[in-house]
Amino acid sequence: MANIRSKKAVLPLAALSVLALTLSACGGSEGDGGGEEPAANCSAYEEYGTFEGEEVSVYSTITDSEQDLLENSWADFEECTGIEVAYEGSNEFETQVLVRAQAGNPPDVAIFPQPGLLAAQAREGYIKPAPPEVEALVDENWSEDWKSYGTVDGTFYAAPMLASVKGYVWYSPTTFEENGWEVPATWDEMMELSQTIADSGIKPWCAGFESGEATGWPGTDWIEDVVLRQAGPEVYDQWVAHEIPFNDPQITEAWNTVGDILKNEEFVNGGFGDVRSIISTNVDVAGDPVVEGECAMYHQATFQAANWPEGTDISENGDIWAFITPGEEAGSSAITGGGEFVAAYNEGEPITAFLSYMASAEFANNRVEQGGAISANQGLDASLASSDLDRQSIELLQSEETVFRFDASDLMPGAVGANSFWSGIVEWINGTPTEEVVDTIESSWPE
Amino acid sequence: MEDVGEKFLQVVIALAIFAAIIGLIMLLVDRAPKSFRDKATIIGFLAPAGILLTVGMVWPAVQTTFLAFTDRDGNVNGLDNFIWMFTEPTALVTLRNTVLWVILVPTISTIVGLVYAVFIDKAHGERVLKALVFMPMAISMVGAGIIWNFMYAYRGTEQDQIGLVNQILVWFGGEPRQFLLDAPWNTFFLIVVMVWIQVGFAMVVLSAAIKGIPADIVEASRLDGATAWQQFWSVTIPSIRGALIVVVTTITIITLKVFDIVRTMTAGNYDTSVVANEMYTQAFRANEPGRGAALALVLFLMVLPVVLYNARQLKKQKEIR
Repeated sequence: MANIRSKKAVLPLAALSVLALTLSACGGSEGDGGGEEPAANCSAYEEYGTFEGEEVSVYSTITDSEQDLLENSWADFEECTGIEVAYEGSNEFETQVLVRAQAGNPPDVAIFPQPGLLAAQAREGYIKPAPPEVEALVDENWSEDWKSYGTVDGTFYAAPMLASVKGYVWYSPTTFEENGWEVPATWDEMMELSQTIADSGIKPWCAGFESGEATGWPGTDWIEDVVLRQAGPEVYDQWVAHEIPFNDPQITEAWNTVGDILKNEEFVNGGFGDVRSIISTNVDVAGDPVVEGECAMYHQATFQAANWPEGTDISENGDIWAFITPGEEAGSSAITGGGEFVAAYNEGEPITAFLSYMASAEFANNRVEQGGAISANQGLDASLASSDLDRQSIELLQSEETVFRFDASDLMPGAVGANSFWSGIVEWINGTPTEEVVDTIESSWPE
Repeated sequence: MEDVGEKFLQVVIALAIFAAIIGLIMLLVDRAPKSFRDKATIIGFLAPAGILLTVGMVWPAVQTTFLAFTDRDGNVNGLDNFIWMFTEPTALVTLRNTVLWVILVPTISTIVGLVYAVFIDKAHGERVLKALVFMPMAISMVGAGIIWNFMYAYRGTEQDQIGLVNQILVWFGGEPRQFLLDAPWNTFFLIVVMVWIQVGFAMVVLSAAIKGIPADIVEASRLDGATAWQQFWSVTIPSIRGALIVVVTTITIITLKVFDIVRTMTAGNYDTSVVANEMYTQAFRANEPGRGAALALVLFLMVLPVVLYNARQLKKQKEIR
């Protein structure tokens, strides 16, 4: 710095260089749309039209690496149509989207993981009904069930996006083989296996329900899986629609069945501690002990595939594999699952173009090809799936035999599905008896 | 790039409009007839602030008050929200916790801050000692919550501890504990975090007040043969009374509004919720804006007397001077 004689020169120089950096950074992000390589074949995107310089803001729960994959999957769309998708992902989406809608500052498009929340927003008049083009695409690509999750009081609002199959039990095939354990075919076999593993000195199960203000949600998946398998799809539907109370004996029984695993000190919580460490263990790391052999089984949806440490071989004979939580009888194929729904708060041609693309088979193929995601879109080519597990899940979703039910907590009113059900699970793991917890949740159900 | 240019332009336009309005007011005030000029000056300069306050504070306050007497669908339901607040067990726990916070945080913070200030006064390395205690003030409450979450982190007896507090427990042969899960003690462990932040504030203000005690009073008490204890009670405390009240009331107001620490550390689970956190949960997650508004109203009524007292004390001090 000796060549700068006067100290006075330093400040303006520093300011200038900062400005230059900022400007070049801005310039860089602008450049993306232009693209140096005219690579993308735009013929597939001609039907959406071109909207040079238009911007569509998108808000959702998807963050981190999943966000990058999602953004990649509409990069060509952006390049060919000229629409810039301003994406924002947030862990506080469920509350912030309500705040923003009330404040008159909603995003153009929001991707809802809970049909219940979507319905509440639609009933309050914030969300615009889906344009006819989008509805036509959904009729073509999705089953009636999936369309109905985006429909509120007879009006169709939001197209489904991606899906996840819940209720997988992740395990390590190597550990299983070394110890001579077999993948169970029924719930009873799974309980016997748990006991065998516990007797051998390893905790059979690990779990983690901590997830910031959404703490407790992984527990709701456990309950839902058991309600569907033990009480059946009819009871499941009545439970969701509140035709039977939350503290109905059949529901309480499901809680107790789950409790036989999660509230049993012998069975949990491998790698972390006692039963109560479930609620203080973060959901993203809760499965890690399976890889290290400190825990044998971990119950989580397909999206867990993205949470395993880098380099983990996910295959039938590799480090990690998964089986669907078994039903009471062998071979029953009832599964719960979730998905996202793309809804618009504003109207306009660029928004319609974006919504149409998101409902199309191209988007589903583009996204699934990159791995870590599946979709129930009928136009999806299962062979594109990046892993055997994804392929298996897509086939399950597309199969006629499968009894599919949407994640119950996401269908229930927000006051239950995103509040008292979560906090109820937390209280329950922390030691409150089942009856007390289900009574409290029932009393919180809005009339 | 266009965005940046656009934003700059907006700022420039906004500043120009602001200058124009102020200029216009000054011009009008100056042109007012002589008999009316004093009043015109007062009205002219208070009106902009007054209007903004009405739009930004008074009107929302009125709306919130009205909202507190309505149900989920916006129908008036009388006192139902308040009945819920004072009868529902979980809501009662929330009120109890807030009372605990308000009693403990100001008292402990002020006492610890005062004792620390007295002991390090004129000590060797006073500045460093002060900086050490004051530093937590510079951390946001969310940041402090995350830091302390790690401090309290739990792993089972067979695993390696990752939290400092549990590691210390294990070193001394104890069992690791789930600090944030056991009511009612978890509330106290959350209170520790707030005290950790506020002690620095109390210490800095009180230390300055101690330094402001006239040297002749201290000297006179010494000549009269007062012990250190007598000096503390009869000279120091009365002389810094004003500063003490400011510290206690300021910390009380901050504590009543506590939200960030509870939200980041337990999200209000395990019976640790406080009024401000429950207000947010009810209004935005449980979709019960009426209940949220009722909690906000109660919180306002709790803060109000402290603020009034604080203001009156400040006024009194001015009169003495």
